[in-house]
Parts: sequence; C-alpha cells; structure tokens
Amino acid sequence: MTQLAEADSAVGTRKWICLVCDFIYDEAKGIPEEGIAPGTPMAAIPDTWACPDCGVTKADFEPYDD
Amino acid sequence: MPHAPVVIVGAGLAGYTLAKELRKLAPEQPITLITADSGALYSKPMLSNALAQGQTAPTLVQATALAQAEKLQLDLRPNCSVSAIYPQQHRLETESGELPYAQLVLALGARPRQLDFPGAELALSVNNLDDYARFRARLTPGAHVLILGAGLVGCEFANDLAASGHAVTLVEAGERALQHMAPASLSLRLQNSLQSIGVQCHFGSGAREIKQLEHGYAVSLGNGCHLNADLVLSATGLIPETALAKSAGLAVGQGILVNDQLCTSAADIYALGDCVELGVSGSSQVLPYVLPLMQQARVLASILSGTPSRLSLPALPVAVKTPACPMVLCPPDRNAPGDWHCERDDSLGAIHHFLGRDGGLLGFALAGDACGQRRQLAGRAPALLE
Ligand SMILES: Cc1cc2nc3c(=O)[nH]c(=O)nc-3n(C[C@H](O)[C@H](O)[C@H](O)COP(=O)(O)OP(=O)(O)OC[C@H]3O[C@@H](n4cnc5c(N)ncnc54)[C@H](O)[C@@H]3O)c2cc1C
Ligand SMILES: [Zn+2]
Repeated sequence: MTQLAEADSAVGTRKWICLVCDFIYDEAKGIPEEGIAPGTPMAAIPDTWACPDCGVTKADFEPYDD
Repeated sequence: MPHAPVVIVGAGLAGYTLAKELRKLAPEQPITLITADSGALYSKPMLSNALAQGQTAPTLVQATALAQAEKLQLDLRPNCSVSAIYPQQHRLETESGELPYAQLVLALGARPRQLDFPGAELALSVNNLDDYARFRARLTPGAHVLILGAGLVGCEFANDLAASGHAVTLVEAGERALQHMAPASLSLRLQNSLQSIGVQCHFGSGAREIKQLEHGYAVSLGNGCHLNADLVLSATGLIPETALAKSAGLAVGQGILVNDQLCTSAADIYALGDCVELGVSGSSQVLPYVLPLMQQARVLASILSGTPSRLSLPALPVAVKTPACPMVLCPPDRNAPGDWHCERDDSLGAIHHFLGRDGGLLGFALAGDACGQRRQLAGRAPALLE
C-alpha cells in the first residue's frame, strides 16, 4: 500500500460541530445512512457535503472536544 | 374528522425539520406539507456565503420537492399558497381548494422589512432561493453592489461579495455594524476587516432615495452623500409573517404568539421558526435563527406524536459567517442592565463579557482565535428559556 493510500484510509476519531445548528459529526461513527462509513475523517468527506440538519457545508464546522 | 392529516404550512428549515422529526417518531402519520414556494430544500444560511464557495442557486438545492415528498412520505403541495384558516372548522383555504386538518403547524418564516422612501422598491432583498436566483441573474462579474444595512446578513453579504471580486459599499443608518449585538470594539474590528478586503463603509446615515439610472442606480443618503452602484441589496431586517394568523383571529404580537409547547392561541394550531414570538412567563422573544428552530421542531414532533414535551432553550451564541473576521455573538437580553467588559482584544482575537450589576455573565462576544470558547461560555450564560 502506498503512503497516500494509507493516509486516506486512516481511521478518524475526532468530532466536529456545526457552527449553525450544533450537529455533531463523530468520525468514529460516520453517517452510514448517508454512505459515510464509520471512521471516515472529516477531511475525506467531499467539500460539497451538507450538514444533515441545517445544510451548511464543511466550512462551517469546527473541532469539538467533549 | 378521524382521517384528517397533520398539515404543515411552509417548506423552510422549520417546516422540513418538523416533517423529518415527526416522520421519525410517527412512521404512519399522514402529513401534508403546503408551501407557496417550489418546495426545494435548501439551506438559507448558505445564501450569504454561496459566492465564495462557488455555489449558484441551482447548486444550493439539496433536494427537490419530489425527492423530499418521497423521502419523508409527505403529501407535498408546492406552489400553493394558503389564503385563510378557519380554526373552528379545522379547515384551510388554499389556492387549489379547501383542506381539513387534524393539527395545523404554521412555519411561515419572515419577510424583509418594507423600506419607505422614494425608490425603495428598486432594492433587491435576498430572503429565499428564488430571491437569490434573481440576485445572481443580475449580478455581473466585478459589479458594484451597494448594501443597505450592516446587520448580520448585510455584513455576511458584504464579505461574500468582496471576497468574490465585487466592489461593495455598505450603508448603515446607525453608527456601527452589528450595533444591537456586539460591543463597539468588535463592530470596529469587523468594519476594519471588511475595509481591508475592499468594502467601503458609510455609517451614520441611512438611504433616503434610490433612483434608476441608465446603467445602475443612484442612492442618496440622509447626510447628502450620493453613491452610485450597479445593484442595491437591502438587508434591513426581517419581520415575522403574521398576516394569515392574524386574519384567522390568532393572537399575534411581533410574531405569531406561542407558548413553550409551540401552541398558538387556537386549539390544534401550532407554529415554529421565524414566524413565531415565544411568549413565556412575561418575557417574549423572536429568535430568527436555526438552532432554536431545530429545538422547536424536535419538541413539536414529540407533542404531535402524542408525547407531551416542553421547549427549553440554552443561551444562543450566533456565529457571524464573515471569514474576514469570524465572530461569535451571544448578546444579553435587550433590557438587561450591565456593561461590556473587555477580557482580551488583540490582533489575533477578542473576548468580551457582558456582566450584569451583580457581576454575573449575561452575554459575550468573541472574535478570531477566541471563537472556540463559545460553547464553554454559552454554558455559563443564562438560558433563554428554562
Ligand atoms: C442570508 C441569511 C443568512 C442567515 N444565516 C444564519 C446563520 O448563520 N445562522 C442562523 O442560525 N440563522 C441564519 N439565518 C436565519 C435562518 O436562516 C432562519 O432563521 C431560518 O432559515 C428560518 O426558517 P423558517 O422555516 O422559519 O422560514 P423560511 O425559510 O422563511 O420558510 C417559510 C416558508 O413558508 C412558506 N410560506 C409563507 N407564507 C405562506 C403561505 N401563506 N402559504 C404557503 N406557504 C407559505 C414560504 O414559501 C417558505 O417555504 C440567516 C438568514 C438569512 C436570510
Ligand atoms: Zn448544521
């Protein structure tokens, strides 16, 4: 496996919160019903993805530490 | 009327979030959703950030009415305006006939404040996807846009237009940007940041007249200043949509009055989102933001599916989506006595606390690298609704 592929498949463990509606994206859980597999890092989600609750893009998410 | 559905009027974030939450709790419940617009699902907060993100009106559509109807199992009636409500008979009058309801939910949103000076109607306002399409159709590359109003929406549009290569003039009748939400030093920080990306600020005097020229518009201000622009965009505030409720005899203040169970003054009629005024224990507030609307939708879905529930709202920090100067504002109650105190204000960021007479934290305002403190501070500020 190349280094790039390894970086791509790195399992995410962080959480992110939507600045507009407080939706929390948990990398460990993903969003299987939207086709985002558990462990998908935020960085690997396409820029066109929309917050499932309010519809804003990744640009309006910040890291969340509980 | 045993078979009458729950009828939701309005397909904004309030109407659609309620439909989604109710569908989760009540898979079999018949839900009818009637809306005056096309019923396309879009994110209204994106409208003031779309240019810099390379989005257009069509790409902002996240799902068509048809897709929403299928996904949420709705009897969806787009392009259909509700013209009257008869609360006694549990009946609605729409453009395409009458309709009975078991329970009715008003999610009617808010409309731009009418300005009343000569030529005011020449200004565009952007409050929904159709407005946005009209605005973009008239916005040529590099055009000069004059924005009326330096509130949240006006400042966000100013940033988005300037960052995408347009000339921007921002006109505000008050002395500073975001004057009802931010301490003066953060207003100034935002103004400086907007100026540094090319926005011309004219504060302290409002528009008095707009005239159409052969190309573009001439805007005269109260102080005698004359400004020319290719387009005029009005962002001078929104007023809850209350006419329909009022003519049906529902109690209406600034918005459609509801209690902490989202009930209006009429039996089986509820309301949520930008059209409501929450009147609870003497205080009353209009909260035209996404977060309170989501919480209202969850509570109302629970009530409509048979589980009693009450709304509670924590302090509500609002992120100002101006990339030139990111800020988070959680202003104190309008009538709260107290003062802003600066904890920190430097080139990287700022923290201001609004402290009451007894020194308690009643609100806060953050900028730059301090924005990350919003949740921690929100936890210390008073709840909007216990
Ligand atoms: C540019 C902009 C940026 C914003 N940014 C933010 C932000 O960053 N964070 C935040 O929290 N909030 C933000 N807001 C506010 C937020 O978008 C609103 O609070 C929210 O979208 C309101 O949703 P709503 O469903 O209540 O109203 P609306 O979206 O206005 O929906 C009202 C619906 O009712 C329908 N309707 C009205 N009358 C009738 C009738 N008689 N018959 C049938 N249908 C009818 C309309 O067609 C529409 O579908 C922003 C607002 C704007 C304009
Ligand atoms: Zn969101």
